[in-house]
Amino acid sequence: MKSLAELAAIKEKMQNKVVMREGTGDLRVVVGMATCGIAAGARPVLNAFVEAVNAENLADKVTVTQTGCIGICQYEPVVEIFEAGKDKVTYVKMNAEKAKEVVEKHLKGGQPISEYTYKDEV
Amino acid sequence: MIRAQVLICGGTGCTSSGSATLIEEFEAQLKAFELEEEVKIVRTGCFGLCALGPVVIVYPDGTFYSCVQKDDVKEIVSEHLLKGRPVDRLVYKDVDESVVEEAGKVVSLNDTTFYKKQNRVALRNCGVINPESIDEYIAMDGYVALGKCLTEMTPEQVIQVVKDSGLRGRGGGGFPTGLKWSFTAANQADQKYVVCNADEGDPGAFMDRSVLEGDPHCIIEAMAICGYATGATEGYVYVRAEYPIAVERLQKAIDDAREYGLLGKNIFGSGFDFDLFIRLGAGAFVCGEETALMTSIEGNRGEPRPRPPYPAVKGLFGKPTTENNVETFANIPTIIREGADFFASMGTEKSKGTKVFALGGKIKNTGLVEIPMGTTLREIIEEIGGGIPNGKKFKAAQTGGPSGGCIPASLMDTKIDYDNLTAIGCMMGSGGLIVMDEDNCMVDIAKFFLNFTVDESCGKCTPCRVGTKRLLEMLDKVTDGNATLEDLDKIEELCNYIKENSLCGLGQTAPNPVLATLKFFRDEYVAHVVDKKCPAGVCKNLLSYTIEADKCKGCTLCARKCPVGAISGTVKEAHTIDPSKCIKCGVCMDSCKFKAIVKS
Repeated sequence: MKSLAELAAIKEKMQNKVVMREGTGDLRVVVGMATCGIAAGARPVLNAFVEAVNAENLADKVTVTQTGCIGICQYEPVVEIFEAGKDKVTYVKMNAEKAKEVVEKHLKGGQPISEYTYKDEV
Repeated sequence: MIRAQVLICGGTGCTSSGSATLIEEFEAQLKAFELEEEVKIVRTGCFGLCALGPVVIVYPDGTFYSCVQKDDVKEIVSEHLLKGRPVDRLVYKDVDESVVEEAGKVVSLNDTTFYKKQNRVALRNCGVINPESIDEYIAMDGYVALGKCLTEMTPEQVIQVVKDSGLRGRGGGGFPTGLKWSFTAANQADQKYVVCNADEGDPGAFMDRSVLEGDPHCIIEAMAICGYATGATEGYVYVRAEYPIAVERLQKAIDDAREYGLLGKNIFGSGFDFDLFIRLGAGAFVCGEETALMTSIEGNRGEPRPRPPYPAVKGLFGKPTTENNVETFANIPTIIREGADFFASMGTEKSKGTKVFALGGKIKNTGLVEIPMGTTLREIIEEIGGGIPNGKKFKAAQTGGPSGGCIPASLMDTKIDYDNLTAIGCMMGSGGLIVMDEDNCMVDIAKFFLNFTVDESCGKCTPCRVGTKRLLEMLDKVTDGNATLEDLDKIEELCNYIKENSLCGLGQTAPNPVLATLKFFRDEYVAHVVDKKCPAGVCKNLLSYTIEADKCKGCTLCARKCPVGAISGTVKEAHTIDPSKCIKCGVCMDSCKFKAIVKS
């Protein structure tokens, strides 16, 4: 080890691998991963979130986690975004492409994408 | 891409309750469910809640599973890791009612009563990182403190920060660490040394072990910092051979640090050289005494020598040496990184920072806790420790092992720090905290610790070698019911004599358990001497078992169970116990269905 820069480089490289253990971030992405969710393709969605969050260096702010059945099985894969002090946003019928878009626009840009969200059908 | 991490405790407690097979099972099950690319298994150091091991934490949600068995693994993998439903029956949930569970968010570990009042500085990485990965340590700001010292600070500045932090020796003595370092720094020599005392010998103490097992790099970093501050280029860690996991991980950590150039020549291009070696101790208690420890490292029989000269002047191989305990070192990187004020903001006026305690004995949450100085014994035992099991009453807590004293129930609200404990005739010690309930006889406890010091006395000086032996014989007299009140005064006198005249800390502190119990529980001693009774019902020679004739149905069960044939009687008539044959094993009392046998 010849310089602090070298040390910082290792830290940088490792950061995303341990940040998960430092407690939950301000933003929580919860993917429904019950049987209904998995059958509808929730796993690629979950993995797409994990990858996109890491690629955008958001791992210290965003926690990607999973939950069981939310109860609206016909809308699976369902993803809910929790942010302290704000109403939760529920995205429905998600896929990996939409997941990347949500990371880009909602998690990074702060703008929920309303066309993907759950709406009561009248 | 890893989306979840399973942290499995690889500390000694959880390893002995089977965490190694859990790791294998997790690997197999993750493979079976094709999750091995998405979920990572990390073997960590001690989480602290050893009573409920093996302990497993799943991140990112932070679900805390306790008492996990091999058969539970499949369920955790298929339900939690695949489908996102934490296995409720295994989740540790000892929390206040004020904590409300939120959808999709599990109760945070820091909200549980066990962790809520803790403040982890020395243990900050224990149970968080993989101790065998230098990269994970670096990711948690590891070696930043060393880098800062070598590139931005002078040795004098480093010592000043340690002085300002108010850190005192965590091995038990409580000597100000910065001052100790400045003594060594002030002495000129061609070679100086840093020694880490990891010869943790107190019965019931396992703090140092857990730090070495859970975060070995922090000790390496701290020793290198100490070397820079004091002008030493070589360090030794003296650790007992009975700590195989600690030794193995520390050796791996040293090898990795050498490979990264964090030990060796010209660290961080600063021109500072430092290297580190492990020396194994054979487990003699006296080798925890600093001069005996250094004599042992030199390859000689571990015996203490008189001080002065102190190690700062003439230590290892006759050269100026700084010796600190593992936990003391474990605080150093954080003090350098976060600053002296951060550390000094915790604790009491003269005892800054936090202290790690190993909780044991009659307590629910056996394990490792780190609390700010000034926390009361009541908070540690009733809140963090979860209280006394089986509804028994707290009697006393023993601190400082064979060198320490005991804190009785009446002093439970004492704020724990060096000076308060000394004021009540106790001592901080290294941090073993053994809890006793109403079933413990305090004379017996004193005897237990004295037995230990009699065994461990190295024999070099007479007050310790002969004095402790005679003292133990006098205590035997008490528990046999043959002592007089005059003997109690003699015991006290002998205690004080040993204290004042022994060569090293072992002998000087050996009478402490006796003195403390005599002070706080003199009535128990008097009961043994005058009434010839052991109030807790422990001392066998003062016990007698009798059968209450009106309750005895003459079922003959006790007579058949008695291993020495001391019970006689005819069927359906009251039986009797022959006290001359009775060995007071208590089997008859346990087997009687009519509660007809009483102990007195």
